[in-house]
Amino acid sequence: MATETHGAEGAAHGEGGLVFHPMDQFIVKPLFGNGEVGLFTVTNVTLWMVIAVLCITALMVWGTSRRAIIPGRTQSVAELAYGFIYKMVEDVTGKDAVKYFPYVMTLFMFIVFSNFLGLIPMAFTLTSHFAVTVVLALAVFLSVTVLGFVLHGTKFLGLFWPTSAPLPLRPVLAVIELISYFVRPVSHSIRLGGNLMAGHAVIKVFAGFAALAAVSPLSILGITAMYGLEVMVAFIQAYVFTILTCVYLKDALHPNH
Amino acid sequence: MATETPGAAAASSCVGPDGSAIGMPQLCFDWWPNQIFWLILALLAIFFVLSRIALPRIASVLAERQGTITNDIAAAEDLKRKAADAEKAYEKALADARTEAQKIAQQTRDEIKTELDAAMAKADSEIAEKTKGSEQRISEIRASAMENVEIVAKDTAEAIVQALGTTADSSQVNAAVDNQLKG
Repeated sequence: MATETHGAEGAAHGEGGLVFHPMDQFIVKPLFGNGEVGLFTVTNVTLWMVIAVLCITALMVWGTSRRAIIPGRTQSVAELAYGFIYKMVEDVTGKDAVKYFPYVMTLFMFIVFSNFLGLIPMAFTLTSHFAVTVVLALAVFLSVTVLGFVLHGTKFLGLFWPTSAPLPLRPVLAVIELISYFVRPVSHSIRLGGNLMAGHAVIKVFAGFAALAAVSPLSILGITAMYGLEVMVAFIQAYVFTILTCVYLKDALHPNH
Repeated sequence: MATETPGAAAASSCVGPDGSAIGMPQLCFDWWPNQIFWLILALLAIFFVLSRIALPRIASVLAERQGTITNDIAAAEDLKRKAADAEKAYEKALADARTEAQKIAQQTRDEIKTELDAAMAKADSEIAEKTKGSEQRISEIRASAMENVEIVAKDTAEAIVQALGTTADSSQVNAAVDNQLKG
């Protein structure tokens, strides 16, 4: 895709300086040496994972270390994040679901920090990779499904048998429900990864245009606007992923409504 | 990022010889095991840090704050009630003082009135007495004045009679003067 873009744009403008490699920012490469990327290779993925974990630790542990009754700035943010997700779990999933709050919080903190760290210029965006989002979405999907069967046994299948619908319609609805249930992890992961990837790629394309003096102001304006949009997307996608997790969890806990 | 440092990424099925990506790096499955491995480690680390340290701590801080706020509100409620009680007591004291003051004022007024009345009566009686004495003296003076007029009139009449060259009998003159005075 990148090479195609490069060739097409280069030919269209006839400029040697105009290069587009919007996807190069997503390349996974070893931090040390030029070897192959194996299972345990320390790569730029590792680096940004570590940075994300450190940032989360800094905010949630170091930020709250004073345990102040009147919170400082960092503690306020940590408490805000806590309250935000806690309330979401409580409101969307129900009061009995607060025992799953740490898992939801882990997901949210990881995604939101990956998204925002990815907005730092030259950074590697973890959540723009389907390897990451698919694992997250599959983890949610599998644990929710297993939880549903563990808690409700075969009654969990009632989720696909809408008793409120007229009997002849039920098999049709069951098929639709079944398909929509299995599409969940796909949409769940592609939504997050696709949003992040597209935004970052578009910024890179705009940046490529900046090499042309005539359009560079427009290009910089475009980058600025896109960046603003991406800041919004970074938070909204983390929010959407988390709230959908809560919704799916609710289905597992209360399949009858 | 990779553009600036060609060669940093080894040429493979996903990276071209010029160091730029072939297709979507997201779909380069050679890299998936590595990413998934580190992702799982990172998630475990985050989960451990959050569930063991951060979340219980924040929960306790929030609970403590809630407790403090509840206590403070209760204390404020208590103080408010005390203030209201104090105000009520103050109002009552003020009202009492006012009625007391009114009572004292009324009493004083009454006392002054009685004294004043007594003084007025005394003054009135004195005045009446004095008036009586004065009237008596006036009538005395009037009587003596009449007497004197009579004497003067008699003497004058006698003197006039003598001046006319006749000897006057004083008793006759007196009788004539009396007669004239009466008439």
